[in-house]
Amino acid sequence: MSDAVAIRLSVNGATLERRVPARQSLVDFLRDGLGLTGTRAGCEHGVCGACTVRLDGAPVRACLVFAAQLDGARVETIEGLSDSGEIAALQAAFHARNALQCGFCTAGVLVIAAELLKRATVPSRAEIRGLLSGNYCRCTGYHAIIDAVEAACHARAGNPG
Amino acid sequence: MSGPLSFLDRPNSYIGKSVPRPNARRLLQGRGVYVDDLRLPLLLHAAFLRSPYAHARIRRIDTARAAQRSGVVRVATAADLAGLYTPWVGVLTHMKGMKSAPQHPLAPGRACWQGEPVAAVVAESRAIAEDAVAEIEVEWEELPAITSPEAALAPGAAAIHPELGDNLAFARSIEAGAVDDAFARAAAVVTETFTFARHTGVCPEARSLLAEFNPADRQLTLHCSSQAPHMMKEIVLRHFALAESDVRVICRDVGGSYGIKIHVYPDEMAVIALALLLGRSIKFVADRLESFVSDIHARAHRVEARMALAADGEILAIDIDDLTGIGPYSTYPRSSAVEGNQVVNLVGSWYRCANYRARLAVAFQNKPPMSQYRAVGHPIACAVTEGLVDLGARALGIDPAELRRRNLLADDAYPCTSPAGLRFEKLSHQRALERLLALMDYAGLRREQQALRARGIHRGIGLASFVEITNPGPAFYGVGGAPISAQDGCTLRLDPGGSVTCAISITEQGQGTETVVAQIVASVLAIPLDRIRIVTGDTERTPYGGGTWASRGTGIGGEAALQAAKALRANILALAGAMLQAAPADLDLGEGWIVDSASGQRRIGLDEVGRVGYFRGDTLPPGVQPELVATRHYQPRDYPFAFTNGVQASWLELDIETGFITLLKHWVVEDCGTAVNPLLVDEQVRGGVVQGLGGALFEECLYDEAGQLLNGSLADYLVPMAGEMPDIEVAHLATPTQTSELGAKGVGEAGTAGAPAAVMNAINDALAPLGARVAAQPFTPERILRALGRI
Repeated sequence: MSDAVAIRLSVNGATLERRVPARQSLVDFLRDGLGLTGTRAGCEHGVCGACTVRLDGAPVRACLVFAAQLDGARVETIEGLSDSGEIAALQAAFHARNALQCGFCTAGVLVIAAELLKRATVPSRAEIRGLLSGNYCRCTGYHAIIDAVEAACHARAGNPG
Repeated sequence: MSGPLSFLDRPNSYIGKSVPRPNARRLLQGRGVYVDDLRLPLLLHAAFLRSPYAHARIRRIDTARAAQRSGVVRVATAADLAGLYTPWVGVLTHMKGMKSAPQHPLAPGRACWQGEPVAAVVAESRAIAEDAVAEIEVEWEELPAITSPEAALAPGAAAIHPELGDNLAFARSIEAGAVDDAFARAAAVVTETFTFARHTGVCPEARSLLAEFNPADRQLTLHCSSQAPHMMKEIVLRHFALAESDVRVICRDVGGSYGIKIHVYPDEMAVIALALLLGRSIKFVADRLESFVSDIHARAHRVEARMALAADGEILAIDIDDLTGIGPYSTYPRSSAVEGNQVVNLVGSWYRCANYRARLAVAFQNKPPMSQYRAVGHPIACAVTEGLVDLGARALGIDPAELRRRNLLADDAYPCTSPAGLRFEKLSHQRALERLLALMDYAGLRREQQALRARGIHRGIGLASFVEITNPGPAFYGVGGAPISAQDGCTLRLDPGGSVTCAISITEQGQGTETVVAQIVASVLAIPLDRIRIVTGDTERTPYGGGTWASRGTGIGGEAALQAAKALRANILALAGAMLQAAPADLDLGEGWIVDSASGQRRIGLDEVGRVGYFRGDTLPPGVQPELVATRHYQPRDYPFAFTNGVQASWLELDIETGFITLLKHWVVEDCGTAVNPLLVDEQVRGGVVQGLGGALFEECLYDEAGQLLNGSLADYLVPMAGEMPDIEVAHLATPTQTSELGAKGVGEAGTAGAPAAVMNAINDALAPLGARVAAQPFTPERILRALGRI
């Protein structure tokens, strides 16, 4: 393909070399190029948050990043975060509180929620709502998601319950 | 320990237990499989050219340049698909006078809404297909668009489909009691025109279909994101003249549906036609922008309403006139008249009011088709009824909670029939109201509200009682000729190791269907939950049934599972009796064992029953044939629907300078009968509430007069996000239906039914001291400020 761009990057800890179409988004690259379908395309214009992944340590919308920009980048997706065990406590809290229904938005929600767990202090429910306000969920009503994130933050801070 | 109802009370019963969903684990790791995640060799991808006009004639289409692009396999217009299918007409024969026009996969000669598919491109990738779509040249002749239902039904209006004569798709009127007399003797008459904006489902996973075609055996496997695989199969058989054995429909994970994905869409039918035409597998996943103009819309209604009340607050009569526009076609196969029909059926039905008049007119127009979307008709009926009740309370100077208390159907009044003919088996409106008032500390909130008003803080309290239609029987769709099953089936198989495989015809879209079914089966068979494997969403591997919609999964599918489990239990005990030379009646199941029913002593494991049943039949007495599979079906027959009831409350603050509303808290008390899994029920209710709040506060498909959508992206069409939503407290009453052994009614739509009314009443409660009120949803800051006369 004439407009292909060579990139070398790390995805979930593995170093990869690929040639990607110049117009391919990160979400399409992950899904179609690497078979990492856990990252989902919800709106493809940066609003719904379903495609949120971690790029160089910070959450980004994978639909708003071109794969061709990723030379030298470090990408972590829901598959990598799951397999490393980094978000296991968060996933367990989501499971216990049924903080998901159809599951389509869940990977993006978890990637954002994991940011909250990095903080030293336990956020308020309003703060959790604020941070998650860029992740569209049509099923749950958000309440259980807030519950689960709150519980995981408390558990991490060593607070009971 | 035995007996038909004992499973409910067994110490280890899972009924009523908030167990987490086993199948949520893979979703939490991103390892669910939605249609777009499927990868097939040589898969092709479809994209559509859609009409840029609300109404236009296609004078000429030139696809030559598009077809020549590298990677394009086929460009098709209506002419290319002719003869491959039969068109469909979305009418139900039991709804007298309903009419619609034949619909096609691609618009033949004329497009009737902005977004109607006109041409399809099939290519090696979606990107290539989209590039080619841009190369299709169309010479359009724009035609006058009829966008409002008022214009559509005005005398002399041109008929969108001339062969139908006019634009009236359906009309109905109801007259019960002596309405005019009641209004004549009323102490107060309140009137309002309520309007509800056209909005849409915005499923996180857009509509998706992969039509897998195997040319060797001519097998068509449709991987659908849908709620009703058996229905979809039947539709495809009918319209593509295929044999039952040639089509299989599989629904794996579904990324939200809410009714949106239960309808027949022209673009999806075009994909099927092209797969058959080309002998290839084709995937179509709508992008977000085309979803806004091609998914069904819902809820656009204008209801003129009035209520007559006596001085003591007795509701004497209700009179409503509902006008709705459904787009240019009635949607197939459920039709587009059901929403309006449910509005006129439901209004006022939870109050003791015998005098009721309703008129409904359903009009064709040049906008995307409207049809059933979560809580069909309920949010409209509830807002109209509860809005009138609050107006009546204000007119008479009676507290709104007290007015409801005086008029709600009494908890000892059942069974009874509403003026529109709805039959209620047993509801709990009065108890629900009192429970809600206690839960929210209604009196305390009123005091707080008064105190804050004195400080210039404008808060409002809104109440909304409601009923919800659940567990529909065959009189809902089947009687009208639609291939929609009201019954469901469940097959259970004891496997050799003592675990159970369950295949059931209801489907999972995240509600927790599989978990609830497993809980029921595990309770009857007294085995741990993790020894049950559930199979859903596959026409080849499950019994025949309706699927999951209209809040029917647990009530109908759950009862089928219960009966199948009882049958399998009897089969297991019969075999165990033969093995142990004991009477089956003296044996029972307990924690994976065959136990002595009198002493509870363990005799043999279920794995031993399975082992002997499958591998060592030689050790059984002569004539004993193990039957370790059981199937049962269930459909509700005693009542057309199992109604549920509930009541919601909203507590919010209004900024009169900006018109912004802050939702502070929301409460729901609902009664779905037996709640198999309260954890899942709670989040169903909450999700429903938020979906209702979206329509009440944010969501509107904004159209200009030419029928052009003005806000067709997620950046412009507002949906409720975590930041704006309140905590939602849910409490339950349980009035099990006696029509089934499980006693479960539905709950999927209760939240959506009542939330818009509760928030509307809360806003008007906050506005009342300022002499303002609103009745047009969504209640945007602009509308609030206009009501206040500030802009």
